Amino acid sequence: MAHAYIFDHVRTPRGRGKPDGSLHSVPSVELAAQVLRQLRQRNSLDTALVDDVILGCVDPIGEAGGDVARAATFSAGYARSVAGVQVNRFCASGLEAVNLASAQVMAGQQQMIIAGGVESMSRVGLLSSGGAWSIDPRVAIPSFFMPQGVSADLIATKYGFSREDVDAYAVSSQKRAAKAWENGYFKNSVFPVVDVTGQTLLDQDEHMRPQTTMDTLSGLRPAFERMGVEGGFDAVAIQAHPELEMISHVHHAGNASGIVDGAAGVLIGSRIAGRKAGLTPRARIRSFSSIGSDPSLMLTGPVDVTQKLFEHAGLTWSDIDLIEINEAFSSVVLRYMQAFDLDPETVNVNGGAIAMGHPVGATGAMLVGTVLDELERRDLSTALVTLCVGAGMGTATFIERV
Amino acid sequence: MSQEYFTLDIDDDGHAILTWDTPDQPVNLLGYAALAELNQHVRELSNDDRVKGIVLTSAKPSFSTGVDMALVRELVFVDGKPRCLSKKKNDGALFGEVCRLSAGLRELETCGKPIVAAIAGATMASAVDLVLSCHARIAADTFGTRFSHPETRVGLFPGAGAAQRLLRMTSDQQGALDFLMGAQEISAREAKSLGLVDEVVPAKRLLEAAKRRLSHGVETLKAWDRPKAPRPFNPFMQGAGAAMWASLIAKQRAKFYDNYPHLRAFLSSIYEGLSLPFDQALQNDARWMSYLMQQAETASMVRTLFFSRKQLQAGARRPSGQRHNHIKRVGILGAGHMGAGIAFISAKAGMRVHMLDVDQASADAGKARCEAMSREAIERGELSQWQMDRLLAHIETGIDYSVLTDCDLVIEAVVEDRKVKRLVTEKAAKHMKPRATFASDTSTLPIASLSTYFPRPKNFVGLHFFTPADQMQLVEIVRSKETSPKTLSVAMDFVSAIERTPIVVEDGRAFYTSRVIMTYAGEAAHMLRDGVPPTLIENAGKASGMPMGPFQLADEVALDHALNIAKAARQDLGKRFSSIIPHELLEEMVVNRKRLGKKCGKGFYDYGENGERRLWSGIADICGPFRPAEDFDFEELKQRFLVIQSLETARVIEEKRVTDIREADVGSILGYGFAPFTGGTVSYIDAMGTPAFADLCKTLQKRWGDRFKPTRLLREMVRRDERFYERFAQQDFADQPV
Repeated sequence: MAHAYIFDHVRTPRGRGKPDGSLHSVPSVELAAQVLRQLRQRNSLDTALVDDVILGCVDPIGEAGGDVARAATFSAGYARSVAGVQVNRFCASGLEAVNLASAQVMAGQQQMIIAGGVESMSRVGLLSSGGAWSIDPRVAIPSFFMPQGVSADLIATKYGFSREDVDAYAVSSQKRAAKAWENGYFKNSVFPVVDVTGQTLLDQDEHMRPQTTMDTLSGLRPAFERMGVEGGFDAVAIQAHPELEMISHVHHAGNASGIVDGAAGVLIGSRIAGRKAGLTPRARIRSFSSIGSDPSLMLTGPVDVTQKLFEHAGLTWSDIDLIEINEAFSSVVLRYMQAFDLDPETVNVNGGAIAMGHPVGATGAMLVGTVLDELERRDLSTALVTLCVGAGMGTATFIERV
Repeated sequence: MSQEYFTLDIDDDGHAILTWDTPDQPVNLLGYAALAELNQHVRELSNDDRVKGIVLTSAKPSFSTGVDMALVRELVFVDGKPRCLSKKKNDGALFGEVCRLSAGLRELETCGKPIVAAIAGATMASAVDLVLSCHARIAADTFGTRFSHPETRVGLFPGAGAAQRLLRMTSDQQGALDFLMGAQEISAREAKSLGLVDEVVPAKRLLEAAKRRLSHGVETLKAWDRPKAPRPFNPFMQGAGAAMWASLIAKQRAKFYDNYPHLRAFLSSIYEGLSLPFDQALQNDARWMSYLMQQAETASMVRTLFFSRKQLQAGARRPSGQRHNHIKRVGILGAGHMGAGIAFISAKAGMRVHMLDVDQASADAGKARCEAMSREAIERGELSQWQMDRLLAHIETGIDYSVLTDCDLVIEAVVEDRKVKRLVTEKAAKHMKPRATFASDTSTLPIASLSTYFPRPKNFVGLHFFTPADQMQLVEIVRSKETSPKTLSVAMDFVSAIERTPIVVEDGRAFYTSRVIMTYAGEAAHMLRDGVPPTLIENAGKASGMPMGPFQLADEVALDHALNIAKAARQDLGKRFSSIIPHELLEEMVVNRKRLGKKCGKGFYDYGENGERRLWSGIADICGPFRPAEDFDFEELKQRFLVIQSLETARVIEEKRVTDIREADVGSILGYGFAPFTGGTVSYIDAMGTPAFADLCKTLQKRWGDRFKPTRLLREMVRRDERFYERFAQQDFADQPV
């Protein structure tokens, strides 16, 4: 079996996902195309060597619809032979793209693939592509459909995280992200998004609130209480977890991932393809997996997929130096650390989506890049990247520096 | 045509008036024959150039009460057996049969001549489908003009296109869904704001308004039938509509725990149909309906909640040869919640009521309760203001027993204490006329023992009402060995007059319903002892289909009341007494902890000011420590609750306390809300099959105790592979009058 290597990766800064966000004027395809251009430029890449572009996109509709990846190859001026495909595993789409690319390389069927994701949440609204999950009774009923925020609150209730616990985690995410930006930990991988004349539109994540304290968060009202109580979803949560009498609503905009625009790409290939392109491998993708998990808890899939991956690849926690678990909500990370009794100093060490935002289709690829940079900076070897996924799934990837 | 359901009258302006007037029946029912006749008329009128339009109206006080249920019976039952048990379960003919009604209505809708429905009085179930198939609807602005979709209450759903039509017509999707799901009846004006009717006019101008509308021109092509109609727009696919729909699914689940196939089927048929061209949507509805006809729950629910209930209401168990008893005056002893509730429903039925208590203030408090019930009934649309005034004028309160001289029936509803019961019974007997009937509303004390306090035991009967009496639909009539057929007929005629459903059970401690519901509470106590956390117990009770968890039920009943019942039983039985609910637990709660239940703000729950409640953490001090929830199989906990009640019912039947299994099923659901999706405690066993039920009992016996041991009757039925509805069939089900 061939090995799949990471040669390079880039990401855009994350723009506030609203009409006043700095990336709002950039169409989805252009956001993705700038990632492709950057990868070509930084690596002096002959794009004819690239077999395929796999991009995650969670709301592939309208301007992001109809295979945004193939569209981006045109806009980026890639060789005509570069195919494109869009994938959707909700919040883990970007990581799923990395895994699918690696699988094809490892299977020897493709030599070089760019895997990543794009989401312009300010232009194509979250959930705007619809779907059967929440509305088709044949799906919604057996899957215990409820909004993710209610599931996040269910996790907090079931595993005993208080409002203080989830707020404290959010504050630490903001602090870590601020420190990482201050010290330039992201500068090698984040490139400025530019307008047609080359003028910079955005060169920094603009969702961050480094001044956040427990005090500022304490004023925010629980965001999912109304949905839970009046919308009937608390009852659904309790029916799925009947040991609970009520759901305590602890999440709000300040301890949940931010809505942002962004795109990312990871250049993946075989050793031979790297040699042809004159590239040096930075890391190897060792193993990966996805799993379906309790759909009502919805966001605990990382726990299940980690167990599956460890079993499958024969790993233990002593094999892992750093961990990235997407900060969809505070309780997701807290439950993950609780389940495996992890040292917080090894988890999301440079902050995460609570501080910097979660461009849903792209985040998975961003986490791979962020943790690889950090392994190099600390001169460590291995990392586990995992994301929770809507409808109860988890995806994980284990990488090792070479 | 052999029977004429409709009369036809064509006026000089070319308006054809079709008046629905089913011969020899109080109401119009929509059956195949009536529909065929209607279609025939409409076909002829459509081809008649003199006719400009058609008005469809009714000669009855109601417009129509919906489909002829005999038609549903033909679909749900095959050769007298539930379809789900038949070899012909999924035969090809089913779909065609299911389509017949909606196809007939579709023919009206597409006939080419405008049809205006002129509606006065109740318009129920498929009658709503019928008027929606017309091209315009005018409703009379009267109190009695009410629209309703009660199908979901008996395990069915509106199956002739009402949902597909109304949701394509209305701008109030949420209101329309609530209406279609059977949440409430709506008035003519509410129907107008829903888009269900086009115009509301005074009753006397109804026909005139319908004709005027025809003269002004009525579009005969529905929006969905226009050539080049746009692709159907499903409002629940995106945006706010999708959010509302997702929440509606959640709220249905919150209430019904995904126990009901008809709700699942209805939701899916709505959701899928709204994306389809209209005729395909109707077909899709019919596919879901065909699916529903094959479900065990459907057969059980329709049998119990419609047919058996109707039969019992119609007096299936009334002793033969007894003349009808007209009850004019009722005396009620005790003006508490129960007494007031009985006074309210009696007065509502037009009877004069004397409500007595120990002092005037207590009696007046009872009347105030009646006022509150009236106001609630007005809010539900069951009562008008003038009906309320008349009703309250019929209730006199006082302390003087001499008013009982004129009463045909006296009902005692005093505290469950032998001494008090004896006192009021003896006092009342002094004043009552010799032929009058005395009834006790005891829930547990044997009637024969109470009747010894009355000089004429043959005139003594039990009338067990349920809380809240103004809303509960069942009355358990308890007959002792002394009770005469005449007295029984008085009791039944009274229950019939107050529009309740009677079941007749034989005397014995706790009769039928109380005895069975006690096993529900008792099983919860067993679970506490097994170490099951209280929240899990409570949620398992609700998830099993019971209307409330066992601890909430205990709190509602009041723990001191439960303790009184247990004490009275112990007094009566001495050594033979064994309480189903552990005596010590009740005593600890009531005597030591002073937690009496909801009425004092604390029981198994703590009650907050805004109606919130949380399970009391101190239960653990009395019954704990509990084991982790993961140690228990939630499905098994649910089963324990239902199995223990069905097993007790089987025992009651074996002891011949209940002699008609229809009463066991109807009584369990209407009396205390036994999981309605099962069709009742007996149908629960039948749907599973006796051998499977007995096996389940044996498994539970091994794991949780001998109370689950299958009874002798069950063992015998297993040997013969019999079901209850086979062994105890009253007569061929298909022959029963509806």
